[in-house]
Amino acid sequence: MSSVQIRDVRKSFGNFEVLHGVSIPIEDGEFVVLVGPSGCGKSTLLRMLAGLENITSGTISIGDRVVNNVQPKERDIAMVFQNYALYPHMTVADNMGFSLKLRGAKPEEISTGVKRAAEILALTPLLDRYPRQLSGGQRQRVAMGRAIVRDPQVFLFDEPLSNLDAKLRVAMRTEIKELHQRLRTTTVYVTHDQIEAMTMADKIVVMHDGIVEQMGSPLELYDTPANQFVAGFIGSPAMNFLKGSVKVNGAAYFEGPNGVKLPLKSAPANSDGKPAVYGVRPEHFTIADDGAEAEIVVVEPTGSETQVFAKLGGEQVVAVFRERHLFNPGDKVRLKPDPALVHLFDDSTGKRLDS
Amino acid sequence: MSTVQTSMPAQAAAAGEPSLWSRLSGNRNWAAFWFMLPTAAFLILFLAYPLGLGVWMSFTDERIGRAGAFVGIENYQWLWDDSIFWLSVFNTLFYTLIASAIKFAIGLYLALLLNRHMPFKAIIRSIVLIPFIVPTVLSAIAFWWIYDSQFSIISWSLIKLGLIHSNINFLGDTEWARASVIFANVWRGVPFVAITLLAGLQTVSPSLYEAATLDGATSWQRFRFITYPLLTPIIAVVMTFSVLFTFTDFQLIWALTRGGPVNATHLMATLSYQRGIISGRLGEGAAIATAMIPFLVAAIAISWFGMQRRKWQQGSNND
Repeated sequence: MSSVQIRDVRKSFGNFEVLHGVSIPIEDGEFVVLVGPSGCGKSTLLRMLAGLENITSGTISIGDRVVNNVQPKERDIAMVFQNYALYPHMTVADNMGFSLKLRGAKPEEISTGVKRAAEILALTPLLDRYPRQLSGGQRQRVAMGRAIVRDPQVFLFDEPLSNLDAKLRVAMRTEIKELHQRLRTTTVYVTHDQIEAMTMADKIVVMHDGIVEQMGSPLELYDTPANQFVAGFIGSPAMNFLKGSVKVNGAAYFEGPNGVKLPLKSAPANSDGKPAVYGVRPEHFTIADDGAEAEIVVVEPTGSETQVFAKLGGEQVVAVFRERHLFNPGDKVRLKPDPALVHLFDDSTGKRLDS
Repeated sequence: MSTVQTSMPAQAAAAGEPSLWSRLSGNRNWAAFWFMLPTAAFLILFLAYPLGLGVWMSFTDERIGRAGAFVGIENYQWLWDDSIFWLSVFNTLFYTLIASAIKFAIGLYLALLLNRHMPFKAIIRSIVLIPFIVPTVLSAIAFWWIYDSQFSIISWSLIKLGLIHSNINFLGDTEWARASVIFANVWRGVPFVAITLLAGLQTVSPSLYEAATLDGATSWQRFRFITYPLLTPIIAVVMTFSVLFTFTDFQLIWALTRGGPVNATHLMATLSYQRGIISGRLGEGAAIATAMIPFLVAAIAISWFGMQRRKWQQGSNND
């Protein structure tokens, strides 16, 4: 186990820079999730960590050692690939023992190591099978087994669950988290799925267009997103954004589209009349008499909750209620955001405005 | 199907129940037969019949211009005692084994090379195919000039470089002639092996190499444990074809040496042609050709067992 330091790392392919100076400290035993839309550079960063891509500038260190010029096999890392990359012509046991075999380990050593990993992942009955004879979830576990056998300093996961169906993905998510809690190996996990990030991470790093937008614990990112991008990326359904301006006229409030009046706990300093973006999460709406009038467009009951799409000041917003509401399209409701839980963002930079 | 439309109504009306013809033409089970018929007829007429005729002819004393009588295995008895026939068998095996081995080695090397990222990859891959697309006889004539006893460019170059003092008699000396025809065959056969193996290499997922790299494999180990095992099914197919083509080679030898000097490059195919067509002893020529069949069957049998789906290729595919 080791800490990992990523310092001002840049990566260019030809003249095209895909990572513009990324710094991420990763503590020993931490589970860090790199999350962002496709093309944000998260997989490239992971591959640089693995040594599969070289580093244009900046440094990556594992433990106390800068690994920029260290061969992949000497970095003491193990990686789980998106397509698992299992060797199709080897049995499960051979797949898992391959790295030990290459290291010149004795046959008894290899079989002990493979057995130990197989027990952790409940793969023992499958050891003689070939990858073709396994289901998606089993292959996924073999890929993890291959990583565990090596007992590496750092685990790297590159979107490992994206080839699985929805139900299995949830099960494997729990399994990976449980595994990490047991082994406590430093883990860097790349995904584009913010739910995976939220549920598994000790620390989430949100990346966008080759930069780090924000990093922190899942709830930190959820409660105080640093900018409009993070606010929109984390959380499902996504946060509602309404353009307008801050008014300080006695009590502070926000004037949204078409003059709709939305509550604010307090206004940021010197913000009277300043254009801004008002952000409210779907679950932070309540129905109240002093709310703003909205017209129902679509109601989607999911059983546990009700998602309501409505026009608020002419803009479509989504609200989620734990209660079951039997609205019809065209009904008028009064939606009130919880003023303690709304977010304000700068209109031009998208940065969070704190009051 | 136009026959169905024109013939059925009239016949059905006349007979009250469907006629044999309309049942044959309308029945779904017979449809498969009709679809296979053109191909089957073609194969029977142009492959099975000549093969059968050739085998039959080898048991007769037929000559050009004279129908033969059945003579049993007399032709084979003759061949058994014919040292030239045995020399041609040796030549064929020697030619096939050496040329195929070299083609495999160079072809695999080229395929690995072409599978890397390099500038002008597409153009280089096309250039590699050139020996394969030039008609054999044309390339044979080019080689004929290259190997000419007086005007050989190789001899000329080596003399100019001061390495030798007199022309090499490429096609006149037995050892040189064997080496020369093998070289020409290799030159012609390498592209087929290289391009087919390249196609096989490209089906290997790059992430397997990445995984192996992280597992600590050196480039030799990546070849030994990943590339080679995954390529074996393709190698089996391509080398079977290569061996069959080489074993039955005729054009190149005939254009370059006609089997000479002193039969040193006579293959079974060229000897069969010389005895059967040139000398007119069809029965004997057919016997030589028929004698090739067991070798070819053996080559196919070996690859059949080598090519059988390996255990790791079996089972359901849940990709």
